[in-house]
Amino acid sequence: MQKSFDYRTLIPTLSAVAALLVHLLVPNSPKYTQKQVPYFTITLIIIIAVTLIIAFVSLFNEGLRKKYAFKSWFIATFILFLNLLNLATLKLMILQSIYFPSPDRILKVYVEEWPFLLKCLGYSLRLLATGYLIGAVLGISTGIMVGWSKKWSYWVNPLIKLVGPIPSTAWVPIALVTFPTSFQASVFLIALAVWFPTTVLTSSGISNVQNAYFEVSSTLGARTIQKIFKVALPAAMPSIFIGIFNGTSASFITLMTAEMLGVKFGIGWYINWQREMLSYANVYAGLIVIALTFSLIITLMFRIRDRVLGWQKGVIKW
Amino acid sequence: MVTQKTGFIQAQGVRKSFVQPDGQTVVALQDVQTEIQPGEFISLIGPSGCGKSTFLRLVAGLIKPDEGSFTLDGVPISGAGYERGLVFQDPTLFPWLTIYENVAFGLKIRGLYKEKKDDVKEFIKLVGLEGFEKAYPHQLSGGMAQRAALARALVNHPKVLLLDEPFGALDAFTRMNMQDELIKIWQERGTTTIMVTHDVDEAIYLSDKIFVMTPRPAKIESIIKVEIGRPRERDLPDFLKLRAKILQILNFAGKREDIQYYL
Repeated sequence: MQKSFDYRTLIPTLSAVAALLVHLLVPNSPKYTQKQVPYFTITLIIIIAVTLIIAFVSLFNEGLRKKYAFKSWFIATFILFLNLLNLATLKLMILQSIYFPSPDRILKVYVEEWPFLLKCLGYSLRLLATGYLIGAVLGISTGIMVGWSKKWSYWVNPLIKLVGPIPSTAWVPIALVTFPTSFQASVFLIALAVWFPTTVLTSSGISNVQNAYFEVSSTLGARTIQKIFKVALPAAMPSIFIGIFNGTSASFITLMTAEMLGVKFGIGWYINWQREMLSYANVYAGLIVIALTFSLIITLMFRIRDRVLGWQKGVIKW
Repeated sequence: MVTQKTGFIQAQGVRKSFVQPDGQTVVALQDVQTEIQPGEFISLIGPSGCGKSTFLRLVAGLIKPDEGSFTLDGVPISGAGYERGLVFQDPTLFPWLTIYENVAFGLKIRGLYKEKKDDVKEFIKLVGLEGFEKAYPHQLSGGMAQRAALARALVNHPKVLLLDEPFGALDAFTRMNMQDELIKIWQERGTTTIMVTHDVDEAIYLSDKIFVMTPRPAKIESIIKVEIGRPRERDLPDFLKLRAKILQILNFAGKREDIQYYL
């Protein structure tokens, strides 16, 4: 037992206990006028319970113990940050309470408005997915044609060079009057944002494929169409992924801008709306939702890339 | 040796030139008038610029002659095709495919994979790569990668096997091993084989005939029959005599400095 215990696995729990004690024992600032809610207390108790369970399980699971012990300082520091934020807002009111709500207020938004937030998120994701898919598919197809065929390159490349670098948000005024609904306009903007980097990196990836691969494939009996899809495309995949990744961050920016400017629903629209009403607790709640969602999407894409480009391990380091 | 009846190559008045970036036209090969019998092992040897790689690429159909033509079993060669398998000095395995998938590539794109699945295993075994089916090319040594490239070309049952300095990048020991393996495979399958090489010993050790080529003008200077029984020994008098003869032809044809390298 002695060997399988790592003191670091208890640090997050200790940090959470400290936060709970501060929250319960230090009196609220007299300037704080809003009704007291129990959400921060509950959250901290849940954190304490969860960290204790992980610490306990880690006694028997070496892999988990190592991982958790390694991350423990970070987790503990994050809880400490919540603790200090709570002190600076609810307890001491050092920060302006309108713009910097206490953790309690932000948690309250989730408790009371989660169905609406979820609906906004769903709407945003639908918009993002539609635009993203259209942009990525068009981008890869344009990239293949421009990278493969000199004729296409001659006609389309100048257009890409001219239109591509315009930030897609600059198209907002035109998009809003061109498309019948703001949803379609936003799909167009997001697709455009994804299309450009995907096209450029797909075409450069394809035109940089070693000629020897094509020569070998033609002596193996490959026809042109097979050279494109069985040789050029997989060989260009690393480059295509870089394009798609660039497109992803561009699509996030465009989604938020579109929602703040014209779309009548979605998480970006929610944040903007709440900001106008000076409900900053809701603004933060929305921001946290966005942060978690986007980082989840990015993580997912890394997973997909690692699977598709598994053959690259040892060839190219990312 | 199994003699097969296909794989007969004829060259008639072949000439090929390239335009260099500075606008000058360089004749890469001229006056090629020759026949290669089915099942023969031919080596093309000579210094840089003698047109031996051009010869090979013409037979592969990767480039077209300016004049004259190559025919395979009487049919003019007009483009690349699976019946003329090619192996480069660099194995150029597709890095995104496993060894198995690389070898299966030719069958898959020709739509024959389902019926000829067993061939893939057979050729992987033939080149001694059993157990490496799931490995990716970057996990293989140079010699192993070259074996895989050979299997990938052979799986199509080509009438002609074209080898462009296939062992040029390998160390001396691996190279000698691969030469023995190649001879074994060639004897087993009887495929017409044309190999470009820099190495006189390699050419004598492997070939039925050696095309000694010279630059300026780039052409086949002489065709030498290697009449030594197999398996061959690299230090027998006949071997050494032939070697001296080839070097002499190259020596007369080229400058002395060029030759130092081949000794």
